[in-house]
Amino acid sequence: MTDSNTLSHLDLETPEKPFLDANELVINMGPQHPATHGVLRVILRLDGEKVLGLECVIGYLHRGVEKIGEHRTYAMFNPYVDRMDYVAAVSNGLGYCETVEKLLNVEAPPRAQYVRVILTELNRIASHQLWLGTHALDIGAITPLFYTFRDREEILKIYEKYCGARLTTHAFRIGGLQYETYNGFEREVKNFLDFFRPKIDEYEELLTTNRIWVERTKNVGTISAQDCVALGVTGPVLRASGVKWDLRRAQPYANYKDFDFDIPTGQNGDTYDRYLVRMAEMRQSVRIIEQAVGAIPEGPVMAKVPKVMKPAAGEVYHSIEAPKGELGYFIVSDGSTQPYRVRVRPPSFVNLQALDRMCRGQLVADVIAVIGTLDIVLGEVDR
Amino acid sequence: MDQVIQYVKSYLASDQTPGAAGNMFWEVVYILLVFVGLSIAVIAMNWLERKILAHMQVRLGPMRVGPHGLLQPIADAIKLLLKEDIMPAEADAPIFWTAPFMVVLAAFTVFVVVPFGPTHAITDMNIGILFMLGVSSLSVLGIVMAGWASNSHYPLIGALRSSAQMVSYEVAMGLAVVSAILMTSLNDKGTGTLSMIGIVQAQQAQGVWFIFKFFPLGLIAFFIFAVAMVAETNRAPFDLAEAESELTAGFHTEYSGFRWSLFFLAEYSAMIAVSSIAVTLWLGGWLRPFPNLLNNPTADLVFSLFPGVTFLFLGAMCFYNAARMPKHPFFRIQTIGLAGFGVVLALIGLVLFIPSVSLRVQDIFWFSAKVAGFMYLYIWYRGTFPRYRFDQLMQMGWKVLLPMGLGVLILTATAGLWPLIQQSLWHP
Repeated sequence: MTDSNTLSHLDLETPEKPFLDANELVINMGPQHPATHGVLRVILRLDGEKVLGLECVIGYLHRGVEKIGEHRTYAMFNPYVDRMDYVAAVSNGLGYCETVEKLLNVEAPPRAQYVRVILTELNRIASHQLWLGTHALDIGAITPLFYTFRDREEILKIYEKYCGARLTTHAFRIGGLQYETYNGFEREVKNFLDFFRPKIDEYEELLTTNRIWVERTKNVGTISAQDCVALGVTGPVLRASGVKWDLRRAQPYANYKDFDFDIPTGQNGDTYDRYLVRMAEMRQSVRIIEQAVGAIPEGPVMAKVPKVMKPAAGEVYHSIEAPKGELGYFIVSDGSTQPYRVRVRPPSFVNLQALDRMCRGQLVADVIAVIGTLDIVLGEVDR
Repeated sequence: MDQVIQYVKSYLASDQTPGAAGNMFWEVVYILLVFVGLSIAVIAMNWLERKILAHMQVRLGPMRVGPHGLLQPIADAIKLLLKEDIMPAEADAPIFWTAPFMVVLAAFTVFVVVPFGPTHAITDMNIGILFMLGVSSLSVLGIVMAGWASNSHYPLIGALRSSAQMVSYEVAMGLAVVSAILMTSLNDKGTGTLSMIGIVQAQQAQGVWFIFKFFPLGLIAFFIFAVAMVAETNRAPFDLAEAESELTAGFHTEYSGFRWSLFFLAEYSAMIAVSSIAVTLWLGGWLRPFPNLLNNPTADLVFSLFPGVTFLFLGAMCFYNAARMPKHPFFRIQTIGLAGFGVVLALIGLVLFIPSVSLRVQDIFWFSAKVAGFMYLYIWYRGTFPRYRFDQLMQMGWKVLLPMGLGVLILTATAGLWPLIQQSLWHP
């Protein structure tokens, strides 16, 4: 706490007052704290239990992913993106592959598109499950965590069977898929959907009408649509504030335009609405997968992509709707085998800056609820 | 020597508690029994909570140490005792030292007046319930001391939270208790009692558990107490003081090893203590179900079989699970251990069938069974509820439970005096 430049607006450098006279309490939450979802450090300025302001200190998980990208070929960098948002690795892979495909001017064949959508939507469910479990745990309900992890396991099993990895899957390749789907892939996905549908009801049964849950989340961490837009907040947080903005609809990528699904939105922009939106999104994902899994066309899974990828000099930005919001990749090519610059626009990083706005004037317990509801992954925030 | 034996024997036929009879020897014996029993209860509770919670959460819980993790609490206790004793450098050492003992002292002392049976209590005070409430609220002091002495922000906030919480819920709790005490005065003489044994005897005399008295007034008072007691013991959903996700561990963040285990011990014995108050005041204490209704030798016999049957059932469960153990040699010791445990339980069960034993023990059995029901509720709450926020907790205490408690108190008084009021209104 010596660097006065970074922490200035919290007045952390105020001269030592006698402790008993201090009306403000500065508390350091994290980086080792059970509810900061990794290594987020939050410096809270409190008046009793009331939050006067807070500052996030990030970077504890910085690995220089973007810089690494400049020293790897396009294909070699692909697995690295899985390590950013590791609970939604498939989505990250999809975003990167599509960006490079855009740069290369190739398009993945339809069969690959369908499988990509299925795996990505499964990933959205898995990510939301993890969010639900940890969020509920932060608010004090310990049981949902085990329910969601039990069911998330089924998704991970499908991933494991498909590509051998469960978490950092590296499921997609530039130009399509590396692997043809395994025997019984469609059946297992369908089985999962049948298994999972009642499970969402089970989660909702535990929480949606639970009096304490509603009291803890209603009117907590409220953020208006204008603030969301001003801060660049995307994803379920934005939609819970009433903005119907989903990149799957707004700028359709992959083959999302083939599917029929709703974009759930909230009105109040509070934690409870965000909870409802994410629960509804899980149901919508089930709907999308259901349509996709019955309609996977035959054909190749890989487009014609040169062995050595040398995209023409130029730049490209492409973004997808990751479970947490808009995940964008900006790649500058200088015509060589390696990108000149890779820039990632991670949803967690951008959403996290709304934390101060959402927490000010609330209580300490709400900070935990808000961190949970923002659904951040520090691997993605720090990259 | 004869005198000593005479002194010891003199109590045996007594219908009083050793404390009230003034028999020092049996008093000491009872103190030791309560202490040992309580320690065993806490150990059992530790295992049960982890197991029950685990099964609520689709997992197995402790399975490694001993068959079905039966020895896990003992392993934990050993671990805690052997742990390095850490004290923060800036801590206020004497207070840091005293705080856990304060909490434990408060949690254990209340058991002096807990009536496990008409004669099975260490002593019978005429201010029993008052003593219990007073002493149990001392634990706040220990918690505040712990939070303050740690000289750290999280414990401080935790301590402040819990002291505010315990103090405010004590008010609602007290009102609920008073309405139950009012009910004890509904007899010919019109004299109520604060004695824990007297309260149960009053329920027996009136032929109704106070939870059903003046329905639904007794029920509401019981409900208020049941909520307040969860808050009083800092358990979920009111476990703000040790809210893991917010304050890491609350007031005992800086404690470790043995001293931490004292807080743990105190928490569980406090849970048992408040449950005993609830059982004594509203659920007929040691009385078996329908003591006045089914008051014939057959019913007496049937109900006296319950303790033995329970232990036999537990023993049978052990045998059943021992039979289900994997047949691999690796599990042989565990299988034998579980079967051995079953034998012990079954033997206890058989001993409990001896009429003279079961006559003495069945009061304790019914009391413990009712308290165990509350313990299960505690675990169930923890598995189901999210945590309240501090302001919501206060709101509930002051704006919901307190007015409710006042209302119930006034209505109970009115209902109790109703015959008198009626008389003076219509037959002046």
